[in-house]
Amino acid sequence: MKRFLIGALAVLALAASMPLIFHNEYFFFAGYVVLQFIVLATAWNILGGYAGYVNFGSGAFFAVGAYTAVALYKAFALPLGLQILAGAAASGLLGFGVGMLTLRLRGIFFSIATIAVAIVLETVVLNWHYVGGAKGLPIMRPVETPFFASHTVWLFFVMAALAVLAVGAARYIETSWIGRGLRAIRDNEVAAECSGVPTLKLKLGAATLSGALMGAAGAPYAQYLSFIEPASTFSLNYAVNALAMPIIGGMGHWIGPVIGAVLLGSVQQIVTVTISSEINVLVVGVMLVVFVVAAPEGILGLFRKLFPSRKS
Amino acid sequence: MALELTISGIDAAYGAVRALQGVSISVKDGETVALLGTNGNGKSTLMKCVMGIVRPSTGKIELKIENKNHDLTRLSTEEIVSLGVAMVPEGRRLFPKLTVEENLLLGAFRPQARPDIAKNLALCYETFDVLKQRRGQLAGSMSGGQQQMLAIARALMSSPKLLLVDEPSVGLSPLLVSNTITMIKQLKERHGLTVLMAEQNFHQAIRIADRGYLIVHGEIVFEGESVADLEANDLVKNYYLGTAG
Repeated sequence: MKRFLIGALAVLALAASMPLIFHNEYFFFAGYVVLQFIVLATAWNILGGYAGYVNFGSGAFFAVGAYTAVALYKAFALPLGLQILAGAAASGLLGFGVGMLTLRLRGIFFSIATIAVAIVLETVVLNWHYVGGAKGLPIMRPVETPFFASHTVWLFFVMAALAVLAVGAARYIETSWIGRGLRAIRDNEVAAECSGVPTLKLKLGAATLSGALMGAAGAPYAQYLSFIEPASTFSLNYAVNALAMPIIGGMGHWIGPVIGAVLLGSVQQIVTVTISSEINVLVVGVMLVVFVVAAPEGILGLFRKLFPSRKS
Repeated sequence: MALELTISGIDAAYGAVRALQGVSISVKDGETVALLGTNGNGKSTLMKCVMGIVRPSTGKIELKIENKNHDLTRLSTEEIVSLGVAMVPEGRRLFPKLTVEENLLLGAFRPQARPDIAKNLALCYETFDVLKQRRGQLAGSMSGGQQQMLAIARALMSSPKLLLVDEPSVGLSPLLVSNTITMIKQLKERHGLTVLMAEQNFHQAIRIADRGYLIVHGEIVFEGESVADLEANDLVKNYYLGTAG
């Protein structure tokens, strides 16, 4: 625990000192996306990796966070911190609702239902004119950002803090009784119930937390782009990435989604700049197929196979 | 310690399919009661009703502990486990991709059971040496007999007072069935358990049962006050012994 805390603080200090090393604004622009994927992948893994409920609607959770923030910003000019809290609360509520679905739906049926949720919500936002509807809404960034070189650097730091928070939460869950209960649900839900594991409570908790973290990741999105519109915010890209990253990194351990997000996120950023932004979806697809075939336990599983003595 | 399970007049159904009809049985402190019946007659459903996994549409399931009555039809499964009821489910239902030790720890998931974890874990390892040797192994990679031991040990991790054992003989060789049944008897005596065991293997079940019920098509058709009583019954002869005229 102590080692993890020190590590977390070190990561934050590193993020804060980045402007001293990098002067190119693009580094922070791209880094923000990678950090955002760390939050999304970690959040997805809490429900999908630990409890085995595969969520295909991550884009909807992300977008609910983003649009909640936009609506509150437009209405009350709330500061970013409160926008994130509100976005997390709204997506957490959605997560709770999706958690209720697990009462009746398991396996692939649950996953299909999460896609349906995403489509319904996108349609709602398309017709919500207050936040721009289908044509989108430009968001003015604050002119000055105290302490930080630019607004992008500030957002980069905020996302780094969210990533540390998300990973910390996932790690806590994984090592506690909650994680053991969720693993039991993944392995055999009926047996878990027989053993006195409060399955519904755990599933609801995991779905709520997973949703809230995704919403928090989405909340600063409009400020980051200075613009928001439904198609890209609800993009299937988020759903695919949030699922591909833990699978590629390894789902059993909290570091898995982080590895997957850093690897896949960076590769996508590099491909976008060097080749084309259209190709990066292909990259995700190809990597996913390669890993599912060659290393079904992800990079972590591969690592354990190569170094069986190490317990991580 | 006084414990008594009283099931009176319960009906249960899966959608339109009736599984239990007007079932009444009782299990008293320290008894081993056998619930006999072939496949598909409602034994498992009755067990699940006691655990709160299947809800009966009518009737009562009461558990009396220390002169306090608990209505099990109104409690959730985790609350029932907290009261001291544990089940060894049919087909073992382990967590195959978790280690043996993690399987055992999951048996003590309820906060009430956690203070005794170290003691119960030691006891389980002492009783089942093979589990100790294989504590780090994935449960699904063990043999059927070892898995059955793990399932029983896991149920004991919650320090239960009433143990429900659903078909311990399923999928095991005759010798292992015999060993498992003997094991249940030993554990019962050692831990002062009260046992309700559903079983279709009549000869094995009556080795350790004090008395039993015969369940056919979701109804209790015979209540045997003793093993001799059961053996003498025409229905039992008809269903199990093949000696009825």
